[in-house]
Amino acid sequence: MLTTLTELTIVGILILTLFAVLGLVLVFMERKVSAYMQIRLGPNRVGYKGIAQTLADTIKLVVKEGLTPNGADKFLFNLAPFIVMFGAMLLMAPIPFARNSQIWDLNIGVLYITAVSSISVIGILMAGWSSNNKYSLLGAMRSGAQIVSYELSAGLAIISIVVLTGSLKISEIIASQETGWWIFRGHIPVLISFVIFIIAVTAETNRAPFDMAEAESELTAGFHTEYSGMRFALFFLAEYVNIFIVCAIGATLFLGGWMPFHIGNWAGFNHLMDFIPSSIWFFGKTFFLIFVIMWFRWTFPRLRIDQLLNLEWKYLLPIGMFNLLLMTIIAIMGWYF
Amino acid sequence: MIQEKLLSICPAAVFEENTQWPTMNIDSAEWRKLAEALKNENDLAFDYLFCVTCVDWKTHLTMVYHLSSTLHRHTIVVKAKIADRNNAIIDSVYNIWATAELNEREAYDLFGVHFTNHPDLRRLFLSEDWVGFPLRKDYEDPINMIKL
Amino acid sequence: MFQEVGTTEMGDLIINVGPQHPSTHGVLHLVITLNGETVKKVEPHLGYIHRSIEKMCESLTYRQFIYVTSRMDYLSSHINNHACALIVEKGLQIEVPQRAQYIRVLLDELTRIASHQLWWGAMAMDVGAITPFFHAFREREVINDIMEQTCGARLTMNFMVPGGCMYDIHPDFVKSVKDFMAFFRSKLSEYDEMVTNNPIFQARMKDVGVISKENAISYGCSGPVARAAGVVCDVRKLSPYDVYSQVNFEEALETEGDCFARYKVRMKEMNESMRIIDQLIDNIPEGDFQAKTKAVLKLPKGDYYTNVETARGDFGVYIVSEGATTPYRIKFHSPGFCNLSALDHMTRGSKIGDLVAIMGSLDLVIPDIDR
Repeated sequence: MLTTLTELTIVGILILTLFAVLGLVLVFMERKVSAYMQIRLGPNRVGYKGIAQTLADTIKLVVKEGLTPNGADKFLFNLAPFIVMFGAMLLMAPIPFARNSQIWDLNIGVLYITAVSSISVIGILMAGWSSNNKYSLLGAMRSGAQIVSYELSAGLAIISIVVLTGSLKISEIIASQETGWWIFRGHIPVLISFVIFIIAVTAETNRAPFDMAEAESELTAGFHTEYSGMRFALFFLAEYVNIFIVCAIGATLFLGGWMPFHIGNWAGFNHLMDFIPSSIWFFGKTFFLIFVIMWFRWTFPRLRIDQLLNLEWKYLLPIGMFNLLLMTIIAIMGWYF
Repeated sequence: MIQEKLLSICPAAVFEENTQWPTMNIDSAEWRKLAEALKNENDLAFDYLFCVTCVDWKTHLTMVYHLSSTLHRHTIVVKAKIADRNNAIIDSVYNIWATAELNEREAYDLFGVHFTNHPDLRRLFLSEDWVGFPLRKDYEDPINMIKL
Repeated sequence: MFQEVGTTEMGDLIINVGPQHPSTHGVLHLVITLNGETVKKVEPHLGYIHRSIEKMCESLTYRQFIYVTSRMDYLSSHINNHACALIVEKGLQIEVPQRAQYIRVLLDELTRIASHQLWWGAMAMDVGAITPFFHAFREREVINDIMEQTCGARLTMNFMVPGGCMYDIHPDFVKSVKDFMAFFRSKLSEYDEMVTNNPIFQARMKDVGVISKENAISYGCSGPVARAAGVVCDVRKLSPYDVYSQVNFEEALETEGDCFARYKVRMKEMNESMRIIDQLIDNIPEGDFQAKTKAVLKLPKGDYYTNVETARGDFGVYIVSEGATTPYRIKFHSPGFCNLSALDHMTRGSKIGDLVAIMGSLDLVIPDIDR
């Protein structure tokens, strides 16, 4: 009993640390990527090449006054950031960061991820509703409509990989990519799934071009207009951790997770690739996907709410369904490599 | 030619000499009738109201309307004299030229000209409880006004 | 001034957009009535930056009043000053030297390009793309440097005076303008790649905020807003001032009247401005940059009206003179004011996102509206 508790505590602390570090790294990365795309320098004064900038910002946010508006529902207003945060934290559990380093390899890992990732929408709705601000309310309503619809597409894209591997267990999905990542082995349908997945998770994490919930030129800051100080920081952190998680899932399902780049049974080549540590493979793939999503944000204009829903219900969902059907046929006939 | 046509609509009008564009002086009571004719007569077709000005002459006010036609490319200036300065009333032309709605509100705000039938005659720039009409010549404001 | 914010009919939401809002580009305050995401009514509340420039001008002489006009439409301050200089010249029948006319038109067109660049960046930012804003500023910075070199200021320039220009151009002026032209030409295709041809951008702009030709005329719209609806209204063509009658350029016209048409008109205008600059920059004649004028200017009794084409449209100055050293009444007809009056008409029935796109496409400058 005691050992289990100790183990859980250690894991918990490690996850919290990872959480905080990820937040810092990703915010810094976002600022540098945006600066690069916007022909600016980005943060470059605090610490070596500006590395400590996000740390300084965090300290600022911690000591800032957390304002609660007068007409707000105090309980829900204070609860909302934590719900969003917990949602993001729970998702950390089944993600394998490297070979044999997974907190909880449950047998329905993929289902768990899709289920738990829906929780954050409750936090967002709560934040928007309890703020007693119309911009917040509109932002929350938008993100409710958006996240719920895009979850379908993301789910379908994930299922297409489940169809190929025949398992919901994440470790088995990775093991099935021993001879090559699914994105290379699964023909065009997997490629389509991958594209749909990336679009859907960009929408699900409220990132531009789907940042309807925030839409700073329309709704000032959307659902977190009224938040300040540390509670705002929690939303901010949760956003970035969510990006990390969805990209990690994308990397795991489509790009083999920590699995090195293997080609069929070229034993020599595969061994060479195995020399690169599996954690580097995992983080490399994940950060590549994160970079792609950041690239979206700093390149595309925002869609309008009706265009956003049209894209999902009229294009992505039908394509995704048809694609799943195709994938099932491929899986049954064994037409993949 | 336009002058004759306009005089037939509005016989009391007086045309000014040596002006950039034909300029007619009318009384404020005739403005609405003239405006409708200016817009609707085919050979006049003044469809573009590009400047609405109020001038305070200390004894009376004058509304100056600059109109042009995008069809015939001619321009006319109408000066409607509002004799009673303390109870300045003139007809609104917002339903002839849509731009008049906001421009008339400006004139109301700064000169205190009341436009009859205006749908939404409120202060535009100044706050609702502002006293007086700042662009009138006799307006005094010891705090906000800087005399040069 | 603030309306009671609450619901009117069942489910209608009244929201104050501005005066502090990211997409109003200044202190514009709109009270919008929403039904869900759909805009039912937009009502502008003005006056947050009302300085009563018209009243101020009544106590300034004909040499002095020009300088406050730079503070109205600060993005086309040269062109505002130009209008004021023209009306005084018209009243006093001053013959402006050719060199001054060339310099003025060149500066006008540079100002127009700079203004459209800023608008382009802001427009893209309004529909959610932040990056183009910085790219627009990279090019605009070069124009600002040229302006600084020539007249010492980067935003509220005061260079045009009755009778010509205040000073001669900087010796490097021709070279720096040519360098800028070469630089900007290479970047314009980037603008198209990044924004114009983007399918999301086009989807956001097309069939949004449509205004018909009749309505554009009735609302008194001018400049790119009216030209996008097919109204021929370029003052530079209709009543050319200075050397505009001698240069070749096309009036940018579109017929759709939607946001994308307004966008295309402004993009075309940048090209046309470059054409005008190309024709003039090599041929600036030698001679005086300013006509000899009296020390004290007095406009003869009467009234005067002059309009010019600013980056936003038809800017008119109306002066009633009593023969004194200061104007008796001065009225500035600002293009933004009329374009704003059409906002309610354009936005009815569209989404909040469209409202922002339409406001961006109108290119409102609030000090120009409030004066």
